[in-house]
Amino acid sequence: MAQEAKNTEKLVLDAQMLNRSMQRIAHEILERNQGSASLLIVGIQTRGVNLAERLAAFIRSIEGGVVPIGKLDITLYRDDLRHTAVQPVVRSTDLPPDITGKSVVLVDDVLFTGRTIRAALDALVDFGRPAVIMLAVLIDRGHRELPIQADFIGKAISTGQDEEVVVRVREVDGSDGVWLKTL
Amino acid sequence: MQFTRKHLLGLEELTADEIRMILDTSVPFKEISERQIKKVPVLRGKTIINLFFEPSTRTRTSFEFAEKRLSADTINVGISQSSVVKGETLVDTARNLEAMRIDMVVIRHSASGAPAFLSRRIDSNVINAGDGWHEHPTQGLLDMLTIRDHFGRLEGLKVVIVGDILHSRVARSNIWGLKKMGAEVGVCGPPTLVPRAIASLGVKIYPRIEDVLAEADVLNVLRIQLERMHSNMFPSLGEYNKLYGITTAKLEKAGRDVLILHPGPMNRGVEIDSDVADGGHQVILKQVTNGVAVRMAVLFLLSGGIPAGASEAARMSES
Repeated sequence: MAQEAKNTEKLVLDAQMLNRSMQRIAHEILERNQGSASLLIVGIQTRGVNLAERLAAFIRSIEGGVVPIGKLDITLYRDDLRHTAVQPVVRSTDLPPDITGKSVVLVDDVLFTGRTIRAALDALVDFGRPAVIMLAVLIDRGHRELPIQADFIGKAISTGQDEEVVVRVREVDGSDGVWLKTL
Repeated sequence: MQFTRKHLLGLEELTADEIRMILDTSVPFKEISERQIKKVPVLRGKTIINLFFEPSTRTRTSFEFAEKRLSADTINVGISQSSVVKGETLVDTARNLEAMRIDMVVIRHSASGAPAFLSRRIDSNVINAGDGWHEHPTQGLLDMLTIRDHFGRLEGLKVVIVGDILHSRVARSNIWGLKKMGAEVGVCGPPTLVPRAIASLGVKIYPRIEDVLAEADVLNVLRIQLERMHSNMFPSLGEYNKLYGITTAKLEKAGRDVLILHPGPMNRGVEIDSDVADGGHQVILKQVTNGVAVRMAVLFLLSGGIPAGASEAARMSES
């Protein structure tokens, strides 16, 4: 199955390109926020968490100091629970006790319809009132269904509705890279 | 894996995978109760009725918290305010409630099998909150979650249920659940309160509490249900405490670490002494906290497990 899928996959970002994109986004975040003082990087489960950790590591290596990281699971805020055929899995949410006044950077792997981000925003505001919420994504593939856009983008690509963007990160999948798969 | 059940009637009918799925789902739900805003919108717009034909504080409150923290709208119906006292049958009560468009029924009833009976006659999801001497599945699940939190596993643990096994739905749910999850289960209590046939469920019968304390990893100490003692099942509460009560003296004599659970409410000085109930071995309040999380997980899985129209949506996305 995995072998078969590989055949129809087109490479979008290899490991090195992915790494450079994350590094650039880290610089852009620092530039926009004039430093890392009140930053909080929040990854959306599951691969957004891995990307958030990498962004935090880059920011640390550029500026020094520790940037807090949070994890957010949006399953309970989804608008399609009644329509999904796949069993939704609830994962852990782990945010600092108070996010009020923070400059939050939400991190996800792919920005598609915008519905995940809508759910993430609803979840976040239940925890407090951040000073600002920004969005960083590795891939923006278009086809938005809600008025949502990213502040920091690794790579924007044009895709068809019948295509799938496959993001692999070494922490979960063993290697890094992004592919475009025709279904 | 899909959670395909519509009702939670007991742990006897669940598979080990289904039990594991409920326990795993309970873990992230614990965090919601730690938030400042203890609410997620997952059951928004759902109506749940809590039908309690027997008195209950802990279980009813726990279910109600779980429902409210998932944003469901809830109504409690207790026996004293229900039309049951006017002679209405269970099915008529439920059908009338269903005509008001409810989505789920949580039911506690003194008759074993009442939730199963109801589940065959109405369209809503039915959750058993304790039926007669039969089962109390969410209690069994929260006990297992608490034990798993402590040991990191259930497989291979020796869990002994102490007390009134005869009248206990908690004992039955514990036995079925724990055995499926690979634990060894034993029971201990006065011979009048331990049915011999319980051995056919694959549990070991311990006549003496001293033998239990010498080998068990976990004690689940049951309440002596004074309201169910229609005839004298043992000579006196004092004698019960002497022979089967969990006391510091007995624990010290055993000289081992045992985890102590109690489903509450406790009869201090009968089945458990105060210094044990408040001591370092017990996880009684953790059970209460876990109870809310387990019930949230059950409500979530039953409502969102395989929703109506899901197979249709699957077909549409395939085409």
